[in-house]
Amino acid sequence: MTARRASLMVTCLGDLFFPEVGVSIVRLLRKLGVAVDVPADQTCCGLPLFNSGYHADAAAVAGRAVALFRDSEHVVVPSGSCAWMVKHEYPGLLADSALAREASQLAARTHEFSQFLVRVLGVTDFTAAVPGRVTYHDSCHLLRGLHESQSPRTLLGKLKGAELVPLPGADECCGFGGSFAVRLPEVSSQILAKKLANVESTGAGCLVACDAGCLMQMGGGLKRAKSRVRALHLAELLDGGR
Amino acid sequence: MSDAELATPFRQRADGAMKDAFLQEALTIATTKFIGLRRDAFAGFPEGEALRDQARAIKEATLQHLDHHLETLIGNVERLGGHVHYAATPAEARSIIVDIARRTGARMAVKSKSMATEEIHLNEALEAAGITPVETDLGEYIIQLAHERPSHIIAPAIHKTKGQVAELFSRELKRPAEPDPEALTRIARGELREKFLQADLGITGANFAVADTGTVVLVTNEGNGRMVTSLPRVHVAVMGVEKVVPSFTDLMVFLAILAKSATGQKLSVYTSMVQGPRRAGELEGPDEFHLVLLDGGRIAQIGGPLREALSCLRCGACLNVCPVYRQIGGHAYGYTYPGPIGILLTAMLEGAPAVKDLAHASSLCGACVEACPVRIDIPRMLIDLRREVDDKKIAPWTERVAFKLLARLLQHPRLYRFAAKAGRIMQKPFASDGRIGRLPLFFGEWTRTRDLPPVASRTFQERWASEKDLQA
Repeated sequence: MTARRASLMVTCLGDLFFPEVGVSIVRLLRKLGVAVDVPADQTCCGLPLFNSGYHADAAAVAGRAVALFRDSEHVVVPSGSCAWMVKHEYPGLLADSALAREASQLAARTHEFSQFLVRVLGVTDFTAAVPGRVTYHDSCHLLRGLHESQSPRTLLGKLKGAELVPLPGADECCGFGGSFAVRLPEVSSQILAKKLANVESTGAGCLVACDAGCLMQMGGGLKRAKSRVRALHLAELLDGGR
Repeated sequence: MSDAELATPFRQRADGAMKDAFLQEALTIATTKFIGLRRDAFAGFPEGEALRDQARAIKEATLQHLDHHLETLIGNVERLGGHVHYAATPAEARSIIVDIARRTGARMAVKSKSMATEEIHLNEALEAAGITPVETDLGEYIIQLAHERPSHIIAPAIHKTKGQVAELFSRELKRPAEPDPEALTRIARGELREKFLQADLGITGANFAVADTGTVVLVTNEGNGRMVTSLPRVHVAVMGVEKVVPSFTDLMVFLAILAKSATGQKLSVYTSMVQGPRRAGELEGPDEFHLVLLDGGRIAQIGGPLREALSCLRCGACLNVCPVYRQIGGHAYGYTYPGPIGILLTAMLEGAPAVKDLAHASSLCGACVEACPVRIDIPRMLIDLRREVDDKKIAPWTERVAFKLLARLLQHPRLYRFAAKAGRIMQKPFASDGRIGRLPLFFGEWTRTRDLPPVASRTFQERWASEKDLQA
């Protein structure tokens, strides 16, 4: 174990809609001997602005985040898309600013949650908070942006009390896509319907993802359908055996 | 698509496509099949990844000196006895080809599959000039009979089921046709044989043109390309200027990955190489060969934001894997080139305002980049197009104001916290059991099919600030 200190970048969706995900991450990391801090006054990574083309505004938001996490040893992010934004886009957005160097340094110190556990801390033994059959959806930014498909599967595969079953079409988009979900709601919903049919076909009681956007989309669809399947963030499921 | 059809907003066109049960059936079957075939083709081809990088590097290097390679190509085609024409616009391309047809007294033109001729709306121009165009690729033949346009770059009739094709043949060809692909192909072949023999003019596109030999390369599966280039008296090939490759060595790199990306084949059934008109002593081939080099907005992008899209091989792989294309098919996009790459090509050919809605027809999932044989970063260019329509105030003002407000909120934590509190108050009438099932206005776009989690009674940061055991 190399990290003794980590800062949580809770993200806007995590802060506003899924606070229990942040709570689980804090508890898990602390149990692993990592001191966790949460720099105050966090808002958002700026990805919604960036994706819709408002790059000057996205750069301003990025600059704030760079300053907030200036003193962090490691930054842990619960969503693959936000981690991708920091790691992949901050350096370019801030390349011409006084923060250029710090943006690149922050990019290198920032980790998506599952990657932090497996690739930085090297820990993979956890107990399921909800026992039973689980399946895993690859969020697009984690899979194709950060090229990570293994860390979450390693954690779920070894999870005590859980049985990981493969999700057909796990690497296909859930239809969220940020503002896409409300700009083209019909298309977004049909993509979601196909995703959820695959989820139901696995017989899993729990659908796990590492991105708050996907969880909002898939969880919202499951709840609307009154499905018995629960959509959970990986951290919530790992946070068992307390 | 006609101007009248384009007047229907994209969102409605897409919605209409999703209500077409035949289209949905055909799309799901075909794209799923293509995805599997492509995956299998590359799974058994470990050198594929390096070849993809090499192909991209060749395209980049060629674009750096496009003028030089085009001059070499022109010189070699002319040396072989062919004629080369340059068309700055689709209108120029049409008039060049119609002039050739008129001068040579052509009355019927057989065509092999070509997106470039779709792009310039050539068939309409030929018909207006009294020349009958006949599409000879099976898919193109089907949609010509149906008076439609291609809905996929390599599978133009992908939107039709075999039952629909059988009905179409029965009606248009006035003969009974069973919904059996083999039987339908036999009928089309019988009809087309006649046309090949009657036609005066053969029109093709070009998958590649090799500069240092003056060779036009056609990649086909049905053999119609050979008939079109060898039977009629005159052959006209139409190609975008970016299709030139320097040498045969370069060509081999592309041929190794093109069919695998498109249909999962190792190679297409036919790879036809055409070098000028028939020479003395040769048994077949046209008396005249013309190559039309089409700009249409391409050259401006060599130094423009859409430069990467000039590397496109037109394999269609990005369409097959695109979650949006897989729901709505090609026609809903409204322009010649559909799918993710089609949005970029439409912006290139028609200008950014044409794609103000289409630029958002993507969840930015990145499946297209992964499937693209030359790894074109389509999502990045879509984001850049979104930026352009925002910056140039082409995007609706309501949207621009909303995003400016969002930007303000995200830069000022006090405003952000205030918004969270306001959200909690405003959601009260709509939230129950930890879910929001229905919201008014714009937010209703989400809640029509999905629940929304309510803003938490205490945000994470509020809990962090107040719960001692969380901080301990």
